[in-house]
Amino acid sequence: MTPILETQELCYTYGVETPFEKKAVQNVSIKIEQGDFIGVIGHTGSGKSTLIQMLNGLIRPTSGKVLLAGKDIWEEPKKIRAVRFRVGMVFQYPEDQLFEETVLKDIQFGPRNMKLTENEIEQRARDAAKFVGLPDELLDKSPFELSGGEKRRVAIAGVIAMDPDVLILDEPTAGLDPAGRDVLLSEIVSYHKIRGNTVLLVSHSMEDVARVADRVLVMNASHMQMFDHTAEVFAHDKELESIGLQVPQVTKIMAELKSRGYPVETCLTVEQAVAQLLPLIKKGGDRV
Amino acid sequence: MTRDIALGQYFPGKSPVHRLDPRVKLVLTIAFIVYIFVANNFWGLGFLALVTLGIMVVSSVPVKMYFKSMKGILFIVLFTSVLNLFYGSGKVLVQIGFMQITDDGIRNAIFIAVRIVCLILFSSILTFTTSPTELTDAMERLMSPLKVLHVKVHEISMMMTIALRFVPTLLEETDKIMAAQKARGADMESGGLMQRIKSLIPVLIPLFVSSFRRAYELAMAMECRCYHGGEGRTKMKVLHMEAMDYAVLVFGGAVLVVILLLNHFVPAVI
Ligand SMILES: Nc1ncnc2c1ncn2[C@@H]1O[C@H](COP(=O)(O)OP(=O)(O)OP(=O)(O)O)[C@@H](O)[C@H]1O
Ligand SMILES: [Mg+2]
Repeated sequence: MTPILETQELCYTYGVETPFEKKAVQNVSIKIEQGDFIGVIGHTGSGKSTLIQMLNGLIRPTSGKVLLAGKDIWEEPKKIRAVRFRVGMVFQYPEDQLFEETVLKDIQFGPRNMKLTENEIEQRARDAAKFVGLPDELLDKSPFELSGGEKRRVAIAGVIAMDPDVLILDEPTAGLDPAGRDVLLSEIVSYHKIRGNTVLLVSHSMEDVARVADRVLVMNASHMQMFDHTAEVFAHDKELESIGLQVPQVTKIMAELKSRGYPVETCLTVEQAVAQLLPLIKKGGDRV
Repeated sequence: MTRDIALGQYFPGKSPVHRLDPRVKLVLTIAFIVYIFVANNFWGLGFLALVTLGIMVVSSVPVKMYFKSMKGILFIVLFTSVLNLFYGSGKVLVQIGFMQITDDGIRNAIFIAVRIVCLILFSSILTFTTSPTELTDAMERLMSPLKVLHVKVHEISMMMTIALRFVPTLLEETDKIMAAQKARGADMESGGLMQRIKSLIPVLIPLFVSSFRRAYELAMAMECRCYHGGEGRTKMKVLHMEAMDYAVLVFGGAVLVVILLLNHFVPAVI
């Protein structure tokens, strides 16, 4: 099966031929399969945001290709808008993009640009609002009257309403309180489950990524460092630490226990750890 | 994309031109613009052009940058010199209908073109080698005598500094919001004039909202640090004139003397 998204030797340089020239992404080649949930991690400034903006054609690669379902997205630059409808993108702090009079209208902006029928626009907007847990009574309010977290939901709904095949989220939980983060994250996960589409999640929280992602893409200083199954990536704790990243605390603890001879496997979430440790404690916790 | 607009054109460097006191640079730039209009013959103008080229070389800013700054102005240069081509008396060279090109006209056209090019190049030297903050600082210091006339010199320069400081921020913000709306399928490239103006609304509204928010935040932050205007305020970087600066001022004076002498001894073009 052709991967839904594929990049070939993707490079991007900001400010070409100025004193501020900056290579932000270099030689990234990845294949993303339909239905994958991918976490993108990397130190700040490692090129994550630049990379994902190339995936939906917001910026044009300096060199290299992006293939969407096997087709080069820049083959016909005039049709790049169609690509943006198929690869939805939620930016960092997306609440800055709200502009309409009411929340509902703002969510409808994307579907309306797709030239859908009025019924469909309405339907999609309401569905999207439900996905991100926006109560009905908020829909007729002005987006500027909402709280930060609510605005964030509206912005995300605005992209989900376009029903993209690939949904890219750039640090959707940044700046939210811990409970809000968990709720938003689980909404994204359940959306992914129900819709069965492909999701890319950029995050600085290793715990979040470990919990939700099937595969993880690690960026380091504009290069791709690793791209593998989540457990595989977080098993390289030394390598991750050397590029300024951490593994989830629980993974670290379990790795430490294992190295001291306890019969445990590495794991990514607290739940997994509990499931392994409880029987062990009941038995009395002997080393092998 | 919006970043390509060369607005704050500062080109960081360590050349002698960069290190000059910004006040000296500002005064000399104004003086040179006056000189360019004082010079009324090719010898004087040629001399000024040479000086300009010399400073350009010393500034160690790539020539490409200077060419770029000329590009936008090229049309005006062509337009005014073509106008001048048909204007003037003297020996008629070409006759097109009721219009005629004379040798005087050609001379005028060339003269004007060189004048404008020198003007642009010289002011580019200033903006390429002086950061916006240095410039406003220099302006504040140079205008400070106006305080006697109750002109709010400090406030004006503070406003300019803040405005300049936020130009890149606003450009960045515009880029970001435009990208976000494009990601939602906003179409800003096609359609007629009305269509395009309408398509700007999704960008302008968030931009206004965030500008106001920024203004409030900045005002609050300044007040929290007890900002109360220029009274008794000291500078982190106090400008000092050094030997080099005085030398450059003397050089500026010498150039004026040369221009005046040439004006006196060489017949005028205009
Ligand atoms: N518009 C721009 N112009 C010039 N350089 C830029 C621009 N945007 C980003 N960069 C530079 O490109 C590099 C990669 O930036 P990018 O935003 O992709 O990083 P990131 O991994 O998303 O970081 P963060 O985790 O902080 O969001 C950085 O060094 C940054 O300074
Ligand atoms: Mg980023």
